[in-house]
Amino acid sequence: MQSASQLARRAKTVRPVTEPPFVRVALTLLAVAFLAFFLIVPLAAVFVQAFEKGVGAYLAAIREPDAWAAIRLTLLTAAISVPLNVVFGLAAAWAVAKFEFRGKNLLATLIDLPFAVSPVVAGLVFVLLFGRRGFLGPWLMAHDIRIIFAVPGVVLATLFVTFPFVARELIPLMQAAGTEDEEAARSLGASGWQIFSRVTLPAAKWGLLYGVILCNARAMGEFGAVSVVSGHIRGLTNTLPLHVEILYNEYSFQAAFAVASLLSFLAFGTLIAKSWVEWRSREPERVRDGLR
Amino acid sequence: MRWLLKRPSVLPGFGLSLGFTLFYLCLIVLLPLSALVLKTATQGWQPFWNTVTAPRVLASYRLSFGASMVGAVLNGIFGLVVAWVLVRYRFPGRRLVDSLVDLPFALPTAVAGIALTAIYAPNGWLGKPLGALGVKVAFEPLGVVVALTFIGLPFVVRTLEPVIEALDPEVEEASASLGASRWQTFGRVILPALLPAWLTGLALAFARALGEYGSVVFISGNMPMKTEIAPLAIMTKLEQYDYAGATAIAVVMLSASFVLLWVINLLQSWSARRGARI
Amino acid sequence: MGISVRNVTKAFGSFVALHDVSLEVPAGELVALLGPSGSGKTSLLRIIAGLDPADTGVILFGGEDATRRDVRERRVGFVFQHYALFRHMTVFENVAFGLRVRSRAERLSEREIGQRVNELLKLVQLDWLGDRYPSQLSGGQRQRVALARALAVEPKVLLLDEPFGSLDAKVRQELRRWLRRLHDEIHLTGVFVTHDQEEALEVADRVVVMNHGRLEQVGTPEEVFEHPATPFVMNFLGNVNIFHGRVESGKAHLGPISVDYPEHPDAESRPAAGYTRPHEVDLARDESAGGGLWATVRGLNAAGAVVKLELDSQQGVIQVEMARDRYEGLHPQLGERLYVRPQKVRVFVAD
Repeated sequence: MQSASQLARRAKTVRPVTEPPFVRVALTLLAVAFLAFFLIVPLAAVFVQAFEKGVGAYLAAIREPDAWAAIRLTLLTAAISVPLNVVFGLAAAWAVAKFEFRGKNLLATLIDLPFAVSPVVAGLVFVLLFGRRGFLGPWLMAHDIRIIFAVPGVVLATLFVTFPFVARELIPLMQAAGTEDEEAARSLGASGWQIFSRVTLPAAKWGLLYGVILCNARAMGEFGAVSVVSGHIRGLTNTLPLHVEILYNEYSFQAAFAVASLLSFLAFGTLIAKSWVEWRSREPERVRDGLR
Repeated sequence: MRWLLKRPSVLPGFGLSLGFTLFYLCLIVLLPLSALVLKTATQGWQPFWNTVTAPRVLASYRLSFGASMVGAVLNGIFGLVVAWVLVRYRFPGRRLVDSLVDLPFALPTAVAGIALTAIYAPNGWLGKPLGALGVKVAFEPLGVVVALTFIGLPFVVRTLEPVIEALDPEVEEASASLGASRWQTFGRVILPALLPAWLTGLALAFARALGEYGSVVFISGNMPMKTEIAPLAIMTKLEQYDYAGATAIAVVMLSASFVLLWVINLLQSWSARRGARI
Repeated sequence: MGISVRNVTKAFGSFVALHDVSLEVPAGELVALLGPSGSGKTSLLRIIAGLDPADTGVILFGGEDATRRDVRERRVGFVFQHYALFRHMTVFENVAFGLRVRSRAERLSEREIGQRVNELLKLVQLDWLGDRYPSQLSGGQRQRVALARALAVEPKVLLLDEPFGSLDAKVRQELRRWLRRLHDEIHLTGVFVTHDQEEALEVADRVVVMNHGRLEQVGTPEEVFEHPATPFVMNFLGNVNIFHGRVESGKAHLGPISVDYPEHPDAESRPAAGYTRPHEVDLARDESAGGGLWATVRGLNAAGAVVKLELDSQQGVIQVEMARDRYEGLHPQLGERLYVRPQKVRVFVAD
């Protein structure tokens, strides 16, 4: 419990024991310059190049049928990967966060595995499994099932790469929440699903939302893994990032940047959504500290 | 599944949740990865060794590891400054700048790739003036470094921020009351406290940069022996249907990733122990 | 070196922590800033140290104006409430810190630093722990390291912020006595902040009672305890029984009790209250001695060196503490009606 003066002191942000003003200004300028150089300049380049030939050319590039097919595939991939990984994330977080069992640490490490794997390697393993010369290749060909160089391959590769996102957000959150609330609900007679939906999920909602935002951003933006498995078949197996690559490689720079700008809007949306979730999830803390 | 439990629990759903988790994990992650292991195992040692020690492949390792290290160190230095400024100082637009740090997470790598190339190409916004100074970025190893710095930027900043926030102001006041100048306090008291988290951020940035593909393949120019990164070497082999070769290179990269993951885990527990309040 | 605080005011936004506070700390004395949370005592200590700036007022060290000086230049030894030990340094390195960061001109050789540190560790009885890290020490040990560290730089003044606040009761008592003995040995001017009145009364040469950013009273422990200047001081320094009533014409009429109160000779009647400590109340079975009121025993706690009773009266609940032998002589029972006679009543008039 903090006294009124302690709280008041914390609310004040200037401390006397800090760097002299000119050092503060210099460091701030240095930090902002670094970020501007590495982040803002590239972002600006995307939009400048996209509109280089005017708004008309920009819209034409976006309305192009192949671009639309790419948008559809990107959305489809995300629409499949994100919910599946959410279900997985919830199941994994429930098991890991609320129970003590042998091999828990190993499981947590395995869940993190896709993070450690290069996207190209991720694509490679699916080619090894399902490609024409892969382990299951002959069997798949015999049954006329195409995974590599077809949409299923794109979805699988995306699933692999975005696998940990939701689980990684939920697990520490649910672990920190402990099991007391759930045990209390049990003692009051709630069933498993009731406990989950009425007690656990509401407490974890911001973490879940955060994980969904990150998972979605990665699912829509994934390049390396998808590049390996898709075969770059225009209008069929190209996601938006792959379409950007194709346009760029055939020197249609303005069109490439126009499509890239769509992905940049996605990035902005992601950043805004992230900030909003962070702000909302800190509300209870601020009320408790009496700063509202 | 109950026998796995170390402590009995009144909560239901253990079997179901763990079962589904393991099933999904095997299906999406373990099975595919095992294909990699299987392929390598059936190859035999000699072909494997030949592939991974070919001069072109070795050059690609050198580039990937080297450029990732340089990028990570750059991020380590500037990331520390950025994190410090964002946590300790107040200035207009601070929150906007703070959200911006996550851009490399949110932006698809291909977009970053073509944007960076456009800027640093010989006739680009920055490529032109730099070229006049004799500094070539695009299609050179330096371009790879720039791209990898971009990609690893958030890691050091985000890992350091909570640790800087948690620094006990009294310790800095104690140091000042004992006669230390601000620089001395920073060097002897603050930095040692930040060290584990800083190294963790560095390792994370390094790991991320190592496997990076999308943002690098455009700016690097992909010239073998010069600007070809290891992931691209894998791609090239795949396009030639040399699955075995691609796998061999991939296994080396994967092993490096595992070692890194292990190191990061160690760093994170060191960081957690240090952070424990006494 | 004595400290002078003159007309210091400090506000944090709309919260005023100190209202025009002035205080003299004579050289060589150990002074306690005593008060409840929010009274401003820690703010005042930090202003003296130079860790926070005052809004108005001056601080003088040995007659010299130190108000503009940075904490580094004030040469104060500050011991923080939560010790603020450097976690990544050993005990030895912590204590040596202040000596090692000195400018080259002022710095001692490593050998001399080592000697000084070892002397100090011996002084605080921790010489065998030099190689340990703070996380390996107990609370009491950490506190002593913090003290040794502050003393290493030979400060003119020692400032301690709730030095024993986070320790167990027994350790707290030991360290209290130890601090007092240390002060008697080294005669450093010292100011410490506490909310524990027992600590202030036991350790300090002089007690400064603070409330809501103002000084209520400054005096020796005996002065503030026996002759409290305000009801707040009396209430804060121990348990009290309060009898409400009025004063007029030189007398205070507090229910059935009347005492002389020459400070108010006017005929005009003013509301007032009489304060008595539980050990200043006697009990009897008859009212022959007069000057008291009847009450019924509602609670009795005979476990301890002092026996505590609680009685209900028309003036409210009365708390009484009596020595064991008196208790055994009188042998009061639960439910019994007894005559309560306050021996000493301090009257405060409402203003």
